[in-house]
Order: sequence, then C-alpha cells, then structure tokens
Amino acid sequence: MAATAVMREDTLARFRGKRIQAFAIPALILLYLGYIVFAFDLPGLMSRARLDNAVILLSDAVSHKVHVTRDNRRGTIEASIEGSRRMVFDDSQRPDWVEIDGETARIALPMGHAVLYDGPTVIYDHPDYGQIRIRSDDGIQLDLPGDTVPEWINASNTRVSITTEAGRLSMTRSRTETLRYFPGWELFVFDLSSPFWGMSAGEVASTVLWGERIDPARSNLALMISNIWYNNIWQHGEVFWALTETVLMAFLGTFGAAIVALPLAFLAAGNFAPSRAIRFVVRRVFDFVRGVDALIFTIILSRAFGPGPMTGALAILTTDTGTFGKMFSEALENVDEKQIEGVRSTGASTVQGYRFGVIPQVMPVLLSQVLYLFESNTRSATIIGAIVGGGIGLLLTQAIQTTADWEKVSYYIILVVLMVIAMDTLSGWLRRKLIKGEG
Amino acid sequence: MTVINAVPDSPQTIRDSYLAMTRRKRLYSGIMLLIFVILFVSGFRIAEDRNAGGFLDGIGQIFDFPAAMISEAAEKAANLPGHIIDVLPALVETVNIAAVSTLIGCLAGVMLALLATRGLAPWPRLTGMFRRVSDILRAVPEIVVALVLIFVLGGGPVPAAIAIALHTAGAMGKLFSEVNENADLKPLDGLASVGASWGQRMWLGVIPQVAPNYFSYGLMRFEINIRASAILGFVGAGGIGYELKNAMTFGQGKLDEAAGIFLVLFVTIVAFDQLSSLIRNRLTYGGA
Repeated sequence: MAATAVMREDTLARFRGKRIQAFAIPALILLYLGYIVFAFDLPGLMSRARLDNAVILLSDAVSHKVHVTRDNRRGTIEASIEGSRRMVFDDSQRPDWVEIDGETARIALPMGHAVLYDGPTVIYDHPDYGQIRIRSDDGIQLDLPGDTVPEWINASNTRVSITTEAGRLSMTRSRTETLRYFPGWELFVFDLSSPFWGMSAGEVASTVLWGERIDPARSNLALMISNIWYNNIWQHGEVFWALTETVLMAFLGTFGAAIVALPLAFLAAGNFAPSRAIRFVVRRVFDFVRGVDALIFTIILSRAFGPGPMTGALAILTTDTGTFGKMFSEALENVDEKQIEGVRSTGASTVQGYRFGVIPQVMPVLLSQVLYLFESNTRSATIIGAIVGGGIGLLLTQAIQTTADWEKVSYYIILVVLMVIAMDTLSGWLRRKLIKGEG
Repeated sequence: MTVINAVPDSPQTIRDSYLAMTRRKRLYSGIMLLIFVILFVSGFRIAEDRNAGGFLDGIGQIFDFPAAMISEAAEKAANLPGHIIDVLPALVETVNIAAVSTLIGCLAGVMLALLATRGLAPWPRLTGMFRRVSDILRAVPEIVVALVLIFVLGGGPVPAAIAIALHTAGAMGKLFSEVNENADLKPLDGLASVGASWGQRMWLGVIPQVAPNYFSYGLMRFEINIRASAILGFVGAGGIGYELKNAMTFGQGKLDEAAGIFLVLFVTIVAFDQLSSLIRNRLTYGGA
C-alpha cells in the first residue's frame, strides 16, 4: 500500500511540475519578447518608419511615370520616361497626349485634367475646381479661382506643387515638371533607341519574319536580339551575367569544397585516420573553419583577390570545406567494413579498397548533402555577392541604394526567387536521378 | 502461355554481356565526370576572368590582411579588452536578432507545418497552398527583405529580425511538416472522440510527440541565424556586422578594433554551436 501512496505522490508532483512548465515556458517567451520590444525600440520605430517610402516603393514597383519638363532658365521643353536623360522622347516618338510646339506645350492628363505650358506661365485646368495659373518670373506667383488654397496644392514663394489623382505638377524657379502615371514597366523589351520601339508584338513578329532589313548588315532577328540584350535601361545582358555569376559562385564554392573535403574527411574519420594526432588536428581545422563563418572569410578573401565572383566562390568554398569535412567524416565512420574486406581479399591496394569498397557506399549520402547545400548556397551567394561586389546581389543592393528604381528592384527580386526555385528543382531532380539510380 | 527458355545462357554470353554492361556504365560515368570537369574548369575561368584580381596573384596575399590585423592588434594589445567591451552591446543585439527571429520564425513554422500536413490540417484542401507559401518564404533570400525593410523602417535590428524570421518560418514549415508526417495519429482519434477542438488536438495530441524534434531543429536554426544576423549587419542592419563594417572601412589604424570584433564573433559562434550541440545530444540520448 505504501508503495502505491508513494507512487501517487510522485505522479502528482510530476503533474504539478508539468503544469508549472506549461505556464512557465510561454511566460518566459512573453517576458523575453517584452524585453525585445524595448531593446529594439519598437515604439520609436513607429515614429521613424517612413510609410510614404513604402507607398513610393509599391506604386513605383508596378507603374512608371512620364515627365514633361520645362527648363525655366533655357526655356526648352522635353518629355522623358522617369525623367531620365537616357529615356527622352524625340519628336517622332512623343506620345499623343503631349504636344510640344516651341515655347508652348499642351499636356492632357486623365479624367479631363490638362496642363498648358505657355512660356513662363503654366495653366492647370482642373475640371471640378477651375483654372490654376502659375507664373515664374520673380519668384513664383499662384493665381487661384477661389480664395483659399486647397489642400492638394502646396505653395510657397519658391515652389508650387499640385498633386491630384490625375497626375502631379511641380514648379520651381529652375524647372516646371508634369508627371503622368502609367501602369507597367517601361521599355522593358526595347529602349527608345531601338527601331522596334513602339511596335506591337505582332508587328515585331512580322518585321522579324518578313520585313525588310532595318540594318543592312544583319538580319532583323539578330538586330532584335541584340536590341533586347543591350537594352540601355534594363540591361538584360548585364543582368543575365549577374545571375550567371551568382550561380557560378554557388557551383564552384559547393563542388570545390566537396572536392577539397573528401580526402580530408578520410583523415578525420575514426576508422580511416592514419593516426589519432592527425585526426585530432584535421577535426579542429574543420571546427575552426566552420566557426570563422562566411562573413569573415569573405572580408579576408576580398582583400586578397579583389571584388568579384571568384572571391565569393572561394569564400563559400572555404566555409563549406568545414561543413562537408564534418558531414563526410561522419558518413565515413558509418560505412560497412565487410565490403572493404571483400575488395581487399581480391588483392586490392588500400586506395583501390577505398575506391571500390568505400566510395560506392558513401557516394549517395555525400552527393545528396552536396546537392542540398548547393541549393542553399545559391541564396548565400546572393548575400556574399552584395559584399564582394559580384552577381545579382550587387545589382540588387545598388538598385535599392539609389532608391529610385523600384521597378528594377522588384524585377531583380523576382529573378532571384526564380533562380532559387530553379536551383531547388534542379538539385532535387539530380538527387533523385543520381541517388535512386534512374538512368 | 509463357515460354521458359530451358537452355541456360552459356557462361561466355553471361560474361560478355556483363562486361559490355560494365563498359557502358564506365563510359557513362566517364562522360558525366568529363562534363563536370569541363563545367568546373570553364566556370572557374569565367569567375576568375570577371574578378578584379587573379587567383595566382591573390593566393600569396591571403595571409597579408590577417597578418596586418594580428600585428596591429598585438601592437595595441592593451586596447583589445576595451574594444571587446565596446562591441558587447552590438553583440547582444546580433544574438537578440537571431533569438527573436528563431523564436517567431519557429512559431510561425509550427503553424505553417500543421496547416500543410495531410491528416492534421484543418482544411485538407489547402495543404498544397500552405506548402507553396513556405516554399516561397524559403526561396526569398534574407538580404532582399532586409534591404527593402531598411528603406521603409530605417536601419536597425528590426528589418533584419523580420527578414530572418520570414525565412526561418519557411524553412521550419518544411522541416516541421516532415516531422509531423511521422507523428502517430491515434492520440488524435482519442482526443477527437472526446470532442476536442482542432487546437486542442494539435496542442495535446501532436505537439508532445514532435516537440523534441522541433526543439532540436530550432536550435540548429538558431546557429544558422546567428551567422545570418551578423552578415545582415554588414549590409546595414544593426549589430556586430555593422560595427565590423565600420571598423573595416576605416582600415589601417582601426584594424585592432576589427581584430577584436573578429575574435568576439568567432568565440560567440563557436560557443553557441557547442551549447546547442550539447543540448541536442542530451535531448537525443536522454538526459533528465
């Protein structure tokens, strides 16, 4: 009876312990998160967050704008995409909602809004509000139909800006600018210098297939491909090379590390190591290399080799040698000795024993680890590329740091995600093919 | 009617066909090896070509920078403890980023995994969708999310924590759902028979079975996330990576500071690796 009573007490005590645990663990987590709220200064973050930046980012990522700009010092007017010098429309390319005639320009905005540049005077015609006149000669003078300034007009002596749902007009001493927004990415396929610009897909196809040669030196197809490849704005060729560099870094780094780590793993595996001392040293080297981390190697190697994809590949190679060394030596410690004995009994040398007795046993495991890391290294190569200055990681950080080309940022992000998914699929396919032994 | 070939093949034919097979296999392996070598060598040459410095030029200089750093650190050895103390707050921030993102990422990963495992999901038709969600979360590199969030939220630890947490959620969603697939479903039936809701069934029936595995994967992820959070610091999120970048940009004269940071980072990573493998071993081989 006493034994049962003790058992009962014991069980109840354990129940109490579990119950306390069930509350204590969530409570500890909450406590830690509470500490983080203050350590990371979340209340301050709310005030520092630039939500207007988020709006710019989102709208710019899916749309583009055309600027009609008047240089108020020289009196010249031109229309361009995103206000870029490389994307100025010439007279024949200008869209039909802009009419520029010397000193005057008529700009039709959607929803019945219109803007007229007449020398230094600008008239904004708002269908619900009336005509707004702005003159710039001595400072900027605003002439409104009503008495009060509506909230969508922001005016001072030096600057007036009108923001409506149809577009945006801003005027300073030096320039007058009207912005009209359009959905989609501009000039994605052909830039303005290309003869194919402005054609529909069908027109492009018929020009390529049956049209007369635009450039007598080469076929229309070659011209089209070169126009797309060397697109001045999106630089598809450059982007392609950047993606190649990133994949190359991951490929060279991963497989190079595997090649370096395999012989070293034999020295580190308990059943193959020639001596305990060597085994100990090699293991500590693996631990050290894994501990030092890709970031530190990246910095040290970029001092020696300069920026570029090879530096990134070597950084991945060095770090992964440690990882692979550990994984491989563990796999080698689990091999079946009988097969080696069998091979040895036919008179094979030590190396032949490894080659025919060990490698066939461990190959599937090793390959699957290598392929698994290859996929994850594609992602690491993006980050390492941003540090060493190579690949798509560099393009991405540059595009983000200029804070103007959000459509490019979204384009690069989509490419990176597609690249990682493609590598994931490829490594999964190879793993099935090579390890389950089909084909 | 099947006709069984009564006459066995002569040993000669068997031998010939075996050798032919071996030759073909060797040929295929040889071709694959050749393709691999060509890809590797040409890939390396392309990479070297596009690099600022060549391989052979640089290989001799690998140890120049560490040597310069060590000699400068040795010269000003007295400053080293001071540098290490200065950098400790940044280190705490880096570890906090990793811890918070692992915690939140794992909790989100548990939800994703439960929703994506057939047999456990409350909406079996949506399992495929939740799988895709974790695939996509996993595919987006942390740096992408971090850089975009730095633009919106400003620099600091929060963008890095969010970026790593999202990636962790995707990675853990996949790993945890693989764990869930091996869970015994009988406790669930028992709980369902007494009228337990979905949440109760998961909390009382599944989680106790899989918690040790979850915990062990979570710890491994924590090791990975410490490294990730140090790297993200280098591209602008806070923490020790940011300090390292500052010390590196000053270069000569500040190298002792960089050496201190290297040391702190190395010790931290090794310490957390050891700690986590200790806990994992106790979990696997049964401690308390």
